[in-house]
Amino acid sequence: MPQLLLELFSEEIPARMQQGAARDLERMAADRLKAAGLTYDALTTWAGPRRLTLMVDGLPAATPDREEELKGPRANAPEQALEGFLRKTGLTRDQLVERDGVLFAVISQKGQPTAGLIPDMVDQIVRAFPWPKSMRWGSGTLRWVRPLKRILALFDGQVVQFDIDGIKAEDVTEGHRFLGAGQPFTVRDFADYRHKLGREHVLLDVADRKLRILEAARAACHDHGLALVDDDGLLDEVAGLAEWPTPILGDMDPQFLDLPPEVVRLSMKVHQKYFAVRDPATQGLAPHFVVVANVEASDGGAALAAGNSRVLSARLNDARFFWDEDLKTGFDAWNDKLSGVTFHAKLGTLAERVDRIAALAREIAPLVGADPDQAETAARLAKADLASGMVGEFPELQGVMGGYYARAFGQPDAIADAVRDHYKPQGPADSVPTAPLTVAVSLADKLDTLVGFFAIDEKPTGSKDPFALRRAALGVIRLVLENNLRAPLKPVLKQEGAFLYDRLGFKLREDGFANETDLLRDDGQPQRRSSRRIETVALDLLAFFADRLKVLLRDQGKRHDLVDAVFALGDDDLVRIVRRVEALDAFLATDDGANLLAGYKRASNILRAEEKKGPLPEGMVRTGLPDQPEQETALAFAAAAAATAVDQALETEDFAAAMRALAALRAPVDAFFDKVLVNSDVPEERDNRLKLLGQVRAVMGRVADFGQISG
Amino acid sequence: MTTEPLAFQDLILTLHKYWGDQSCAILQPYDIEVGAGTLHPATVLRALGPRPWKAAYVQPSRRPGDGRYGENPNRLQHYYQYQVILKPNPDNLQQLYLGSLAAIGIDPKLHDIRFVEDDWENPTVGAWGLGWEVWCDGMEVTQFTYFQGVGGIEVDVVSGELTYGLERLAMYVQGVDNVYDLKFTKEGLTYREVFLENERQQSEANFHGYDVDGLKRRFEDMVAEVSRFLAMKGPQGQALVLPAYDQVLKASHLFNLMDARGAIAVAERQSYIGRIRDLCKACAVAYVEQERADA
Repeated sequence: MPQLLLELFSEEIPARMQQGAARDLERMAADRLKAAGLTYDALTTWAGPRRLTLMVDGLPAATPDREEELKGPRANAPEQALEGFLRKTGLTRDQLVERDGVLFAVISQKGQPTAGLIPDMVDQIVRAFPWPKSMRWGSGTLRWVRPLKRILALFDGQVVQFDIDGIKAEDVTEGHRFLGAGQPFTVRDFADYRHKLGREHVLLDVADRKLRILEAARAACHDHGLALVDDDGLLDEVAGLAEWPTPILGDMDPQFLDLPPEVVRLSMKVHQKYFAVRDPATQGLAPHFVVVANVEASDGGAALAAGNSRVLSARLNDARFFWDEDLKTGFDAWNDKLSGVTFHAKLGTLAERVDRIAALAREIAPLVGADPDQAETAARLAKADLASGMVGEFPELQGVMGGYYARAFGQPDAIADAVRDHYKPQGPADSVPTAPLTVAVSLADKLDTLVGFFAIDEKPTGSKDPFALRRAALGVIRLVLENNLRAPLKPVLKQEGAFLYDRLGFKLREDGFANETDLLRDDGQPQRRSSRRIETVALDLLAFFADRLKVLLRDQGKRHDLVDAVFALGDDDLVRIVRRVEALDAFLATDDGANLLAGYKRASNILRAEEKKGPLPEGMVRTGLPDQPEQETALAFAAAAAATAVDQALETEDFAAAMRALAALRAPVDAFFDKVLVNSDVPEERDNRLKLLGQVRAVMGRVADFGQISG
Repeated sequence: MTTEPLAFQDLILTLHKYWGDQSCAILQPYDIEVGAGTLHPATVLRALGPRPWKAAYVQPSRRPGDGRYGENPNRLQHYYQYQVILKPNPDNLQQLYLGSLAAIGIDPKLHDIRFVEDDWENPTVGAWGLGWEVWCDGMEVTQFTYFQGVGGIEVDVVSGELTYGLERLAMYVQGVDNVYDLKFTKEGLTYREVFLENERQQSEANFHGYDVDGLKRRFEDMVAEVSRFLAMKGPQGQALVLPAYDQVLKASHLFNLMDARGAIAVAERQSYIGRIRDLCKACAVAYVEQERADA
């Protein structure tokens, strides 16, 4: 069966785009082959630094013959309709088929040679290719990720004749830029293509390139009693930077080993794309690196290794310069600088932010078992490294450098750790701090961000969350839950809101409202800062937390309507909320729970319907009335007992016990609905029964808002 | 390197010869302070419109904030870029470029030459392009860009732009770790003797010397001049784009000086850059109109 081989040969494709391009090519080719009615045995794509390749095996030489049936007019339709149909199909009346009084045209299409379909297919793929960024070049109009130089297109061993924007399809490609023979060469089919590429020092398959890198890099390290520091992200990248990747072990000047290892590793990785090397004996970094070159140098890589080593020294010298300068500068100077750095136009400078975080960290400290003075100190140091030279160079090292510098300037470990780790947790996979001081600063940091952006109405919308507020909220939730912090959130949020409004020049009125304030910008123009009620901000934020908590619990397999049911109680103690959700979840899974929920819905529907007619009757439920059904009396006693039991259970936060107390209602509720008519003709009876249902709803409502629960 | 490494000036002369042979006009540096060779009107303006253009030149680049008083072996507030612009870019631009490396003594079979993604962008002149940083043994020696837009306008014809960092390249070729140790002439005059004192004095002026109020005033003056020139007409009825663009360059340098003096608050930064970009865009629009009308 014929084979299709297509290679799109270009100038260097960004490493990060290559594997996505291979997937896009696979998808687009499969879609178009399918649309053309072509089947095949196998379709594979490859991407590398200079080429995208597609190979389809087992294609037919031609598309199958096809018969299409077109429905025409009814047999007794007017002449004109028939004529129109004949014109459209190009047939005569006697060629039509009649079935059930309707005429049909059967049109048979001869299969087309596959080779003839390929040009359009490739043209469409190239012109519609979804590169993240594409460009034009020269005087042409074609777009590709970088200039497209050649198209190799072979079908069944023959060149497919076409061109795209002047680039003619051929049976020719090129090998490695430097290691190849230097001449374009012809290929016959995929096997020949792959074989000749190999000979020309091109590894087509990224898996082969990665394997070659890992094996050679590990071997080079092993030969010197060293170990490679694995880095998958880096491996992916360097495998896209070389067609013939050749790892070479280079020497790093050992004087740089006294720099923090994070700095050395990041210098290597970010700037130079080198792998770091470990000394297996100490587990620390060894004074070496592995560079993945794109050549097998004729001198065995000596000049190349020496060159890379010099560049690394220059980089690390830069890093050392920052480190030394930073150690001469110190926290006071950095903090001074922060007053000149705007955090956000409406939220003041970083220095103002630090003030707020410090004040809040003080407030939070006692709640998490940290010393308020220490918490304030740590918070006041936490953002200083943003003004340091090293973090200016490597923003990824924020916090980490602050930790090093705090220690270097003699701060106790607990404070240095808090400075280092206060950005945590940075994502769902990141660990959550547990040291009390760190927790206090970390919470203060995130809460300031959240309150601030909510106060100026910069809430995340849809997929847009430019200030990473969802991550901040999730961070707060995880800090609270994983440290079992028992504190109501709302007062903390309002406290932070008060700091914010106060520091930013808003005057708080006693009722918690802030004034609209006109402030002057630097250029003297008035700038209106809209202020929002702190109360509203706090409530908005609580809803946002509820939302995030729902996402978190849903990821853990919990129902989100249960979170709604619990949040509706207005509780803002996250730990309690989660416990309540868990207890509720367990309860609803029981027979009692499910039935009681149904009973609740029934009661609440009745009450809602009655509420529409007028105010519900109020007052005590009465028992011992003449002719009162025993089910009514029983439910009245059960509701009263449940109220007491629920109260007791909630007092001690024993939610399982609260659920058990509710479970005791199930049988009386079921029996009541079974035997008693609520809407009795006797007004006194109806009133008493409505009061009773109201009481059941109220008791249950203390545990959760069952009305929010679906099912 | 097989032969004696090139002195700094011989590196420049070799590149001049090489690109001159590729029929580039060898221009001289622009006589206004700029932060990058791209800003020379021979690149940024000539990249606009349909007219072909080939030029190469050295451009002193001033980055006031990068001054280190002559104490850092790699950072300078004044250094040289070698700039090549070919419009439209020839098909074999990468080959031509590698030829220029060979001409200055870099053998791609001994050294690791890599084209690493780098999408170049200069927000102050609203210019962008796709291309690479070219690495030689892990060191970025050239910015290789296919211009896609200038002054916020998509280009008619794509120019290939090469920007060589001359000092870095020379350090690499000569195998020195400190820029001041570079041999400027083959007889042994050093970069130190030529430029160290300049770095010391200029660094002090950049960081502590310039009068900030004066800079701000002059910035506003330059800004006003741009619009005035664009509204004026030359002898053939054309807008005075070229003098207007000169004022943009001056404003841009004044901004860089204010920045080095620490006089630009973070919040103001975007607004300054935005103003310069708008001026540059106004020049670009006027220039393109003239070019398209002439073509």
